[in-house]
Amino acid sequence: MPVAASAVYFLNLRGDVLINRLYRDDVGGNMVDAFRTHIMQTKELGTCPVKQIGGCSFFYMRISNVYIVIVVSTNANVACAFKFVVEAVALFKSYFGGAFDEDAIRNNFVLIYELLDEIMDFGYPQNLSPEILKLYITQEGVRSPFSSKASERPVPNATLQVTGAVGWRREGLVYKKNEVFLDIVESVNLLMSSKGVVLRCDVTGKILMKCFLSGMPDLKLGLNDKIGLEKESQLKSRPTKSGKTIELDDVTFHQCVNLTRFNSEKTVSFVPPDGEFELMKYRITEGVNLPFKVLPTIKELGRTRMEVNVKVKSVFGAKMFALGVVIKIPVPKQTAKTSFTVTSGRAKYNAAIDCLVWKIRKFPGQTEPTLSAEIELISTMTEKKSWTRPPIQMEFQVPMFTASGLRVRFLKVWEKSGYNTVEWVRYITKAGSYEIRC
Amino acid sequence: MSRNDSKYFSTTKKGEIPELKEELNSQYKDKRKDAVKKVIAAMTVGKDVSSLFTDVVNCMQTENLELKKLVYLYLINYAKSQPDLAILAVNTFVKDSQDPNPLIRALAVRTMGCIRVDKITEYLCDPLQRCLKDDDPYVRKTAAICVAKLYDINAELVEDRGFLESLKDLISDNNPMVVANAVAALAEIQDNSSRPIFEITTHTLSKLLTALNECTEWGQVFILDALSRYKAADAREAENIVERVTPRLQHANCAVVLSAVKMILQQMELITSTDVVRNLCKKMAPPLVTLLSAEPEIQYVALRNINLIVQRRPTILAHEIKVFFCKYNDPIYVKMEKLEIMIKLASDRNIDQVLLEFKEYATEVDVDFVRKAVRAIGRCAIKLERAAERCISVLLELIKIKVNYVVQEAIIVIKDIFRRYPNTYESIIATLCESLDTLDEPEAKASMIWIIGEYAERIDNADELLESFLESFPEEPALVQLQLLTATVKLFLKKPTEGPQQMIQVVLNNATMETDNPDLRDRAYIYWRLLSTDPEAAKDVVLAEKPVITDDSNNLDPSLLDELLVNIATLSSVYHKPPEAFVTRTHSSAQKTEDDEYPDGIESESSVNPANGPGSPPTSSYTIPASPPPAAAPVPDLLGDLIGMDNNSIVPLDQPANPSGPPLPVVLPASTGQGLQVSAQLTRRDGQVFYSMLFENNSQVPLDGFMIQFNKNTFGLAAAGPLQVPQLQPGTSTRALLPMVMFQNMSQGPPSSVLQVALKNNQQPVWYFNDKILLHVFFTEDGRMERATFLETWRSLPDSNEVSKDFPAIVIGGVDATVERLAASNIFFIAKRKNANQDVFYFSAKLPRGIPLLVELTTVVGNPGVKCAIKTPSPEMSTFIFEAIETLLRS
Repeated sequence: MPVAASAVYFLNLRGDVLINRLYRDDVGGNMVDAFRTHIMQTKELGTCPVKQIGGCSFFYMRISNVYIVIVVSTNANVACAFKFVVEAVALFKSYFGGAFDEDAIRNNFVLIYELLDEIMDFGYPQNLSPEILKLYITQEGVRSPFSSKASERPVPNATLQVTGAVGWRREGLVYKKNEVFLDIVESVNLLMSSKGVVLRCDVTGKILMKCFLSGMPDLKLGLNDKIGLEKESQLKSRPTKSGKTIELDDVTFHQCVNLTRFNSEKTVSFVPPDGEFELMKYRITEGVNLPFKVLPTIKELGRTRMEVNVKVKSVFGAKMFALGVVIKIPVPKQTAKTSFTVTSGRAKYNAAIDCLVWKIRKFPGQTEPTLSAEIELISTMTEKKSWTRPPIQMEFQVPMFTASGLRVRFLKVWEKSGYNTVEWVRYITKAGSYEIRC
Repeated sequence: MSRNDSKYFSTTKKGEIPELKEELNSQYKDKRKDAVKKVIAAMTVGKDVSSLFTDVVNCMQTENLELKKLVYLYLINYAKSQPDLAILAVNTFVKDSQDPNPLIRALAVRTMGCIRVDKITEYLCDPLQRCLKDDDPYVRKTAAICVAKLYDINAELVEDRGFLESLKDLISDNNPMVVANAVAALAEIQDNSSRPIFEITTHTLSKLLTALNECTEWGQVFILDALSRYKAADAREAENIVERVTPRLQHANCAVVLSAVKMILQQMELITSTDVVRNLCKKMAPPLVTLLSAEPEIQYVALRNINLIVQRRPTILAHEIKVFFCKYNDPIYVKMEKLEIMIKLASDRNIDQVLLEFKEYATEVDVDFVRKAVRAIGRCAIKLERAAERCISVLLELIKIKVNYVVQEAIIVIKDIFRRYPNTYESIIATLCESLDTLDEPEAKASMIWIIGEYAERIDNADELLESFLESFPEEPALVQLQLLTATVKLFLKKPTEGPQQMIQVVLNNATMETDNPDLRDRAYIYWRLLSTDPEAAKDVVLAEKPVITDDSNNLDPSLLDELLVNIATLSSVYHKPPEAFVTRTHSSAQKTEDDEYPDGIESESSVNPANGPGSPPTSSYTIPASPPPAAAPVPDLLGDLIGMDNNSIVPLDQPANPSGPPLPVVLPASTGQGLQVSAQLTRRDGQVFYSMLFENNSQVPLDGFMIQFNKNTFGLAAAGPLQVPQLQPGTSTRALLPMVMFQNMSQGPPSSVLQVALKNNQQPVWYFNDKILLHVFFTEDGRMERATFLETWRSLPDSNEVSKDFPAIVIGGVDATVERLAASNIFFIAKRKNANQDVFYFSAKLPRGIPLLVELTTVVGNPGVKCAIKTPSPEMSTFIFEAIETLLRS
């Protein structure tokens, strides 16, 4: 059964109910007590997101300072339930402008009740697209710029749009200037051994789109990926222009993309929702350009002294630069004193996370700053276990750089009124989980 | 403009309800709307606002959609408790279901379906019939789900009124969302019915597959889940279906992807062409891997499913093992599952890399994860013959770190490796023996002893090593004793010299005379008999060649695996249990009440008489009466529940081996219990309520198979897991700590502190005894209040909620000691003031469900006589509260 929930609770960290909505009769109203006593107040919390207590199962997720708990008593679809929670949170955020936390929930509880009634019926998720819901659920509140426009003129045929084949875009949109913004955001995940061997490396990218287009436009997106290009060259029966082609391991699309057509013709074509949305996600494991190399040497000199040397090398073009680079170098808990020198940026010892935190605000390409530190440790009596070295972690953003090499080749917009559109494309690469063992 | 609904929560003044009543009847629309919001806010925080029912329902007839929705929300929550008044709302519902605005029509039908009051259901039929044929698809899609709701309340009505036919018609609707909801409703109705209602024909199949393209993401899930039950006629049809489903693998919604995978795997069973199968496997891998970049909770669901998938189709992810490498920051539940899959995917090709990973994990912080990583190395050694040597060398490296739990875990797996590859790796035994003294876990000890016994002839000082264990033989757990016994016999058979001969005497004596464990005793007698009659035969038996083991520790039975694969993406696939194992409810509403009262009435015929002692044999036979008995007649319920108990929810159990700890009050004296004496008391530890029990067996026979059941009681106390009591030999005793849950089986009627308990074992009749619930075990740890909160709460409660009682005999001597003692039971000191010659103390505590309890103690320190006044929203509990406080002050 694709039922996702019998009841949904929003709890704060103390376990107080902020919102509760019962969708089905098969779970009692006091189930939340069982959750509090058997999960929240025990060591169980956080050890497993799916838990059975008595005849009921609980799925829970923590989002900022709120627990969202789903209770079921049947063999429910867990994947559906968790995805519903994720999407519902995105919906609430879009309604009240960004933050989703205890205060936001209290401040918008009437709206949340109204939405919960709309987006799930008898435990079955219904339409969760913010753009459409905003047509007829029009509580005042903190709003995003898009919805305020919607409330100006109520749309009479809202119900048709909720259930329509293009259930994510309303009709009759008019913009003076037709614009499309494309953001290609990639996160690089890396796990490197202390000897510099890449154990695991992949890029998860997403294409974020912001559309301000009139009418019901049909869009077609071309990338420099291998399959798409091959298909194109077959159709035109001429070889593609030289240049790097990318092999995508996997792609997933927003529900607006016609999957059947993608499967047969390998083209990404769609009618976009209005405003901002995530068009597609992709994953690449081959031919990843790592933006940084990290070379650590950590020496434990006896029981109370350590020497740490870390060299970070930027391997992207010299004209580019990375922003907000943070390198977290772990040190033992019993660190007493640290002294260090850096050739660029600033570093300090953060005892709360047991790390040396080295920050470089602007990091140009083809440079290699170093940090060298001396660490004194308190000698401890208990020597049960030697220090287990957590990995070095790194955060960064590199604008105009894609670790995968992906490029947008074209974006065609077709609408029956035949207007001109302006397209904007930006690229950025961020660190996902960028870890170097040491 | 910033919204601030939180103001609706902030009224806790006296007389809130009358005030709200007045506002609800205000002539101003805005005021009424605000009042309804306040009511909903109060409802959310758990206040009972059902007394406002009529006033809220009066606000229902409004043009304002927002207000209407709020009133409907209120109705859903309280209609059940006010069935007679709920009928007031029917008129408006019926009227709304004909409103020109489709949103209101749909809202009316949606809400009516959620109100489970029989009288309303009657009126629901006509509007529902109309709405199923409404012009507006939004109304139709809502009506489709409503049929499923109605079926849940009254299945007969749905069939009589022909709703099933209308629902089936909706499958051919031109709107995809209506189709999807109709499919969901039909699938659910089919699940709860034994008759064929929703049969998928080739025609519906192809129609639904076409609808897939236009559905919302959730609609696709409904349809795919419903279609996964379809059995294709032949390989060709299966291929066709798969071809139309594969594009779904590219969907961003993980639920769509998993449902598509489920359907493809189902159809693949029929496909014969290896090329097609290989191709499909190739197509499924990337989407499965992509699921691992979702939220950790979704990753967990995906990993549990992947675990099943690789058991059936190992090729799908054979080349993707790297994606299952653990990240340092992965939550522990993700790490554990990844490890399990890594073992499944380990092969000769990737083992080096995998071993490096495992070794890395074995130095991490989380002990459970480290243990699992060490065990994983051993399991790989057993699985991959060619890699065994490398695995062992990694294990030896880990032993050298000398972290105690790593060493112990390594020894346990090395024992298995020896079993798998006999006569290959024994050279490492010397290294293992170095860690002998550090072993303190039974399983590790037992493994080491097994190794010593098995290879006694190669270990020069095997007799010395074993001897060192023998000293503590009587204190060892059964597991270790059994291994020691066998190992000593092996040693004797291999080296029949004087030393071992003496040892074997000691061991056999210990194991036959000094023990109460029948397993151990029986085994010892068998060895003894063997050795004394025919030592050669003993050799043949004890030193026989053992069958080679394989690693199938975490592989599921093929038929179970089949069933779980049909349930991909559901709870069943996460628990790795078939749905029947955890879904207790049968859904047919007609039987529901009876089922609740008597889950399987087994043992109902057994003869019991709670009052009978051992002298008077049970005579009367108790049978279940035809009509449900009132709560005061608890016996049949108890009997039924004993067996219908849910054994899946095992809560970690702390069970000390030796009887120790504070004395417990006797609840079942030996004279009543035919020699079984039980002492028990409710206690609170680490925020949880336990039933601490002491069993003493003064009878002549060993007792085992203990089960316990609690009757319905005021606090709804019930066991959170099965009672775990080992076999109890005559003349011994054991303690058990049974975790309890609250609010599980609440009794109606006046509150009472009596806890009725039924206890059974395999040898004796069922014993019944009464225990007293002392309320202080329920005071929660978060009961401490700020002074200001205390004052505010005190003021906000009406004076009628204040109750007081005198304890004339109690003396408060040391103030600090008293405060400390109360704090230990979660009654927290707030303030103290002097009133004439008396001292007044204020305390706060919290009952479960966040009910505050305020206490005022007035006394002259050092003199007898304490006046105790309490204030709480539930004054009906006061008797128990006084009892609890009196007990605490006295102790």
